[in-house]
Amino acid sequence: MTDKTMTADEVVSRLTSGMTLGIGGWGSRRKPLSLVRALLRSDIDDLTLVSYGGPDVGMLVAAGRVRKLVAAFVTLDSVPLEPHYRAARERGAFELMEVDEGMFMWGLRAAANRLPFLPVRAGIGSDVMRVNSGLRTVTSPYEDGETFVAMPALRLDAALVHVNRADRLGNGQYLGPDPYFDDLFCEAADAAYVSCERIVDTAELTKEAPPQSLLVKRLSVAGVVEAPGGAHFTSCAPDYGRDEDFQRLYATTPWAEFSERFLAGDEQAYGSAVRNWQEEQG
Amino acid sequence: MDVSRTDVQRSEYCVIACAEAWRDAGEILASPMGLIPSVGARLARLTFAPDLLLTDGEAMIVRPDGTPEGWLPYRQHLALVSGGRRHVMMGASQIDRYGNQNISCIGDWARPTRQLLGVRGAPINTLNNPTSYWIPRHSPRVFVEKVDMVCGVGYDRVAEHPGTGRFHRIPRVVSDLGVFDFATPDRSMRLASLHPGVSVERVREATGFALTVSDEVPYTREPTEEELRLIREVIDPADTRFREVSS
Repeated sequence: MTDKTMTADEVVSRLTSGMTLGIGGWGSRRKPLSLVRALLRSDIDDLTLVSYGGPDVGMLVAAGRVRKLVAAFVTLDSVPLEPHYRAARERGAFELMEVDEGMFMWGLRAAANRLPFLPVRAGIGSDVMRVNSGLRTVTSPYEDGETFVAMPALRLDAALVHVNRADRLGNGQYLGPDPYFDDLFCEAADAAYVSCERIVDTAELTKEAPPQSLLVKRLSVAGVVEAPGGAHFTSCAPDYGRDEDFQRLYATTPWAEFSERFLAGDEQAYGSAVRNWQEEQG
Repeated sequence: MDVSRTDVQRSEYCVIACAEAWRDAGEILASPMGLIPSVGARLARLTFAPDLLLTDGEAMIVRPDGTPEGWLPYRQHLALVSGGRRHVMMGASQIDRYGNQNISCIGDWARPTRQLLGVRGAPINTLNNPTSYWIPRHSPRVFVEKVDMVCGVGYDRVAEHPGTGRFHRIPRVVSDLGVFDFATPDRSMRLASLHPGVSVERVREATGFALTVSDEVPYTREPTEEELRLIREVIDPADTRFREVSS
């Protein structure tokens, strides 16, 4: 059995500029931000990001690491519009493939199933077809003859996800209410990296949680990182909720200032910088 | 005679107008986006549409008192959309006379002057289940001649795709001024009812395209005493509805 534990920096050392990178979670929920912070410490750029976007997208586009984004939205949930994403988009900083939430899911499913596309009743009639000139339609070969969008597979070079628990082999477990699409991201990727709040023995995984909480299987995982607080400042229920105060700070601070204060050092330095800020707030 | 009725607030007419979207909907999921649609959906569930399903905004289907009765993570929610047993009420940054809706961006999509949310689920919603809209501030900036990015598909667009569009329906648009529908020969927007205190003239001035207005426009119905009590004391005692519509 292969022990796949590694550090966030080791994960990043396996990534290269120009890659297509899927990022799990949804909006400002269970985002693998410790891995994103490690990515920001590297000089990797020219990325194609595939994400149900939150601050992961906001930070990477603000830092100029993104050539192209595939997304249906980018939001901080409690702050509806992601300000850093918004600014980058308004200055034309990257290319966008804007698709519907359902189309996005079927693109991941197609990739996970090694299909070139899957048909979806979404997009037809909307400007998603206008702004994505590469999207094609497909007509049902049966007597209904209905036309669908042939959503192309969103195949990923690598996926980054954050879960509550994992073992050293890469079996990942979520304990919150929603798995989001983290398993699909892992299955759609050539190499998936899972960070988790805590690494536990395999037998521990099902001691207090039902088997269906085992979301990610080790056969689709290349690396496991123990990262307590790894989703901060997004939510990671039930381990912690969203850090709304800190998210507000992120949303209202110029990127250069935020980056210099919180992202200049490693993950430990990030934790200290956050604690210092919290103490200043009283 | 009835003191409580003389001071019905505009926001409460909006709640009633939103709730009415789910009348006779049967046993389906109500997906309200926004504060007043959420109050409206719960009011419908507690009164004339008792079979409705509601979520907690996360992954649980809950009774009005918060008791979980089902699990609906995003992956199942998207499947439920395609299955059609759902009526969603979305917001709109722009909407046109045929009900095309935009929540993506303002200006040229390639380089927008204002980036908004993104298309989200509007394309899949409008092609698969009834989609209504809630607009808390009716203005010519929202009710426009032409939207900058078609996210939710309107009646003119869907007419070009009769097979794919067979589940398309926009039952109503509710704003702080009135209720609108598409019950016209060319499926363009019609003023269906005015909230009490609002004139046809006011609606016309606040709308950036020519609305169909019949000779006699009814008023949005009055809430019953029980409905007012439920809104004020049970569903929204914190008065969140006034954050969207101030009176």
